[in-house]
Amino acid sequence: MNTRVDHNDAARMNRAMLSSMTAPTWRWYLLAAVLGGVVALGLYAFTVQVTTGMGVTGINRPVMWGIYIISFVFWVGLSHSGTMVSAILRLSQASWRRPILRGAEAMTVFSIAVAGLFPLIHLGRNWIFYYLLPYPNQRGLWPNFRSPLLFDMVAINTYIIGSSIFLYIGMLPDLAVVRDRSSGWKRRVYAFLAMGWRGSAEQWRVFSRGSTLLACLIIPVAVSVHSIVAWDFAVTLVPGWHSTIFAPYFVIGAITSGVAAVITLMIVIRKLFKLEEFLLPIHFDNMAKLLLAVCLLWSYFYFAEVFTTWYAHKPIEWEIFRFMTSHYGIIFLIMMLGNTIVPIISLCFRRVRRSIPALLIITVLVNVAMFIERFLIVVPSLSHKNIPFIWGSYTPSWVELSIGIAAFALFFLLYTLFAKFFPILAVTDVREQEEALIGSQQLGRTRVGTLVNEE
Amino acid sequence: MSKETSDFHWGMVIDLDRCTGCGACVTACQAENNIPIIKQDGIAKGRNLHWLRIERYWDGEFPHVRARFLPMLCQQCDDAPCEPVCPVYASYHNPEGLNGQVYNRCVGTRYCANNCPYAVRVFNFFNPDWPKPLEQQLSPDVTVRSRGVMEKCSFCIQRIRRAKEVVRLENRELADGEIVPACAQTCPPQAIAFGNLNDPDSHVSRLARSPRRFRLFEDLGTEPSVIYLKGGGHEHPG
Repeated sequence: MNTRVDHNDAARMNRAMLSSMTAPTWRWYLLAAVLGGVVALGLYAFTVQVTTGMGVTGINRPVMWGIYIISFVFWVGLSHSGTMVSAILRLSQASWRRPILRGAEAMTVFSIAVAGLFPLIHLGRNWIFYYLLPYPNQRGLWPNFRSPLLFDMVAINTYIIGSSIFLYIGMLPDLAVVRDRSSGWKRRVYAFLAMGWRGSAEQWRVFSRGSTLLACLIIPVAVSVHSIVAWDFAVTLVPGWHSTIFAPYFVIGAITSGVAAVITLMIVIRKLFKLEEFLLPIHFDNMAKLLLAVCLLWSYFYFAEVFTTWYAHKPIEWEIFRFMTSHYGIIFLIMMLGNTIVPIISLCFRRVRRSIPALLIITVLVNVAMFIERFLIVVPSLSHKNIPFIWGSYTPSWVELSIGIAAFALFFLLYTLFAKFFPILAVTDVREQEEALIGSQQLGRTRVGTLVNEE
Repeated sequence: MSKETSDFHWGMVIDLDRCTGCGACVTACQAENNIPIIKQDGIAKGRNLHWLRIERYWDGEFPHVRARFLPMLCQQCDDAPCEPVCPVYASYHNPEGLNGQVYNRCVGTRYCANNCPYAVRVFNFFNPDWPKPLEQQLSPDVTVRSRGVMEKCSFCIQRIRRAKEVVRLENRELADGEIVPACAQTCPPQAIAFGNLNDPDSHVSRLARSPRRFRLFEDLGTEPSVIYLKGGGHEHPG
C-alpha cells in the first residue's frame, strides 16, 4: 500500500473499514451469547430427535418431507446472493459493488454451509449419513448416482468449496492489510492466512486474473446448484412437482431471495459499522432495481406454472392448487404480497428504492415470502398425492421449528464471528475505487492500475 | 421386461368383485411381517405402518350408496419410481421382479415414499413396540426394523425363499400355488391370487388375462405386478 496516497487519508479509510474488527464490546458478547443460546436450543431439539426418533417431528405419511427440506431449499436459495451479486457485478465492472462484495460472498458461504446441514438433520438414521458418500467400503456399494440426492450432495459440496475459495481469494489483500496492522500471535495467524501477500505488481496481476476466472466459474456452479435442488422435486412423479419449469424457476427464486438478503445485509452492515460514507443511496437504488427485475421474473414463472396447470386442469394437478389455496390460503396470500405485489409496485418508485427503512421492510418481506414459497412447493404436493385415501396435511412440531430457528441463529452467529475476525468490507477494493475517484495519484494509479484495467 | 434374468416374475391378482373389505388380509400381514402396532394417536398422525391396507371409497349418492374396497399394497412395479431416487440402493430391483428394500442400507431420506404414487411405503418413526404378549408371536423369518428406515410389502419374500429352499432340498420344480403370501392365505373369499407371471399357465397368469383386468395408474408407466380384476358379475346386470 505504499502509494502516493496521503498516508493519513489511507490510514483513516483502513481504520473506518476495519472498524468491525476492533476488540469486542459487551454488546457483541451479549449478541453472540443470545445467538449461541438459540443454536444450543436447536442442538437440544436435534438430540431429542436423534435419541427418540423422527416421530418427534410433524412429518407423516403422505408428507414425508417438512421444515428440514424447506429450510434446505431456502438456505441454498439465500446462498445465491453472494455469487450472483459479487461475480456478476465483478464481471460487469460495476464499481458500486465494492463495499458489499465481501458481505455478500460471506453470506453465500455461511448460508450454503447452513443449508448443507439440513439434508443430514432430516435423515431417519443420521448416524450413518456416510452411506451417502462415495468411498470404498465393506458393503461393496457405491452410492446410487442416479439419485438426485447424490447430485445434490455433489453440487452442494462443489458450491461450498467454490464459494469458500472465492471468498478467501478475494480477501487476500485485505488479510495482508490486517496483518500489517496487528501484532503478536494475531499477526502470525493473519500472516499465515495472507499467504505472503506483498502487493507486488506480479501478485496483483495474478490476483486479478484469478478473481475474474473464479467469478466466471462460480456463476455456472451457482445456476447448476439450484437447478439440481429443483430436480429433487421435478424428476419425481409427484403431481405439482413434476414440472419442467422447476429448474429455471428455482434459480430465479434463489436469486430473488439472495438479492433481497444482500440488500437487508447492506442495511444492517451500514448501520452497525457506520458506513454511511461507503454505502450510498445509489447503491441501494441499483440493488433495488435488480430486485425489481428478479421479482418480475419470479412472478412471470409462477404465473406460467399456475396458468398451464389451470388450463389443462388435470384433476390431480389442479387438486394441489385447490388444496394449497384452501388449506394454506393465508400464507399463500402473504407469499403473493411479498414476492409480487408489494415489491413490484413499490420498487417502481425511486423514492422507495432510496429509502432505507422501506427497503428493509420490503426485503425482509421478500424473504419471508420466499420461505413460504418453499413451504407451498413441498407440502401441498405431498399432502394430496395420487391416492385420495392417503391425503393428509402437515404442521411442524416444536423440534422442527427449533431447528429451523436455530439455523437462522447459527447463520447470524457465524456471520458475526466472521465480521469480528475478518475484514467484512473489501478494503482494497473500496480504496481502489476511492483513489480512482480522486484521480490525482499518478504513481499510485500505475501500481494499482493493472487491476483496474484488467478487471 | 429387459430387467429380468430369472424364470420367475412374481405377481398378484386381486379380484375386487370378490373382496368384501373384511380386513383379514391386513391382520394376517401384520402378524406375518412383524409389523409394529401403532395406536390411535399414531394412526391419526399418519404414522400407520400397515404394509397392506383396505381403501374404502363410497360410490354414488344416498340412498344408492355402495362401498368400494381396494386392497392396496406395494405394486412391485417393474419400473418403480422408488428405486432410482434412493441414494444408497436400499430400494432396489431383484431379478424376480420384486422391489427389494434393504433395511440395513436405508438411511431414511424418505425420498422413495414421496415418489411412490401408491403411497404404500411406510416409515418407522419410532422403534417398534409390541404390547405384551404380542412380542411373543414375532416371526423369526422376518427382520424387526429399527426406527429411521422405510419398509413396505415384500410379497412375503421369506415365504418365497423358504419354498425355494424346500424345492431345492427335495430336488423338484416349484409347483404353481406352492407359495402363498399371508394375505392370500387368509382371504376368506379368496380374492387374492399369487404366483409366477412368467409361467403362462400359472393360475395368476390365467387370471391376469381376464378382460376385467386393470392396473393402478397405468398411465404413469410404473408397470405394476399387481393386477386388479373388476367389472363382472351382478354389479353390471346390463
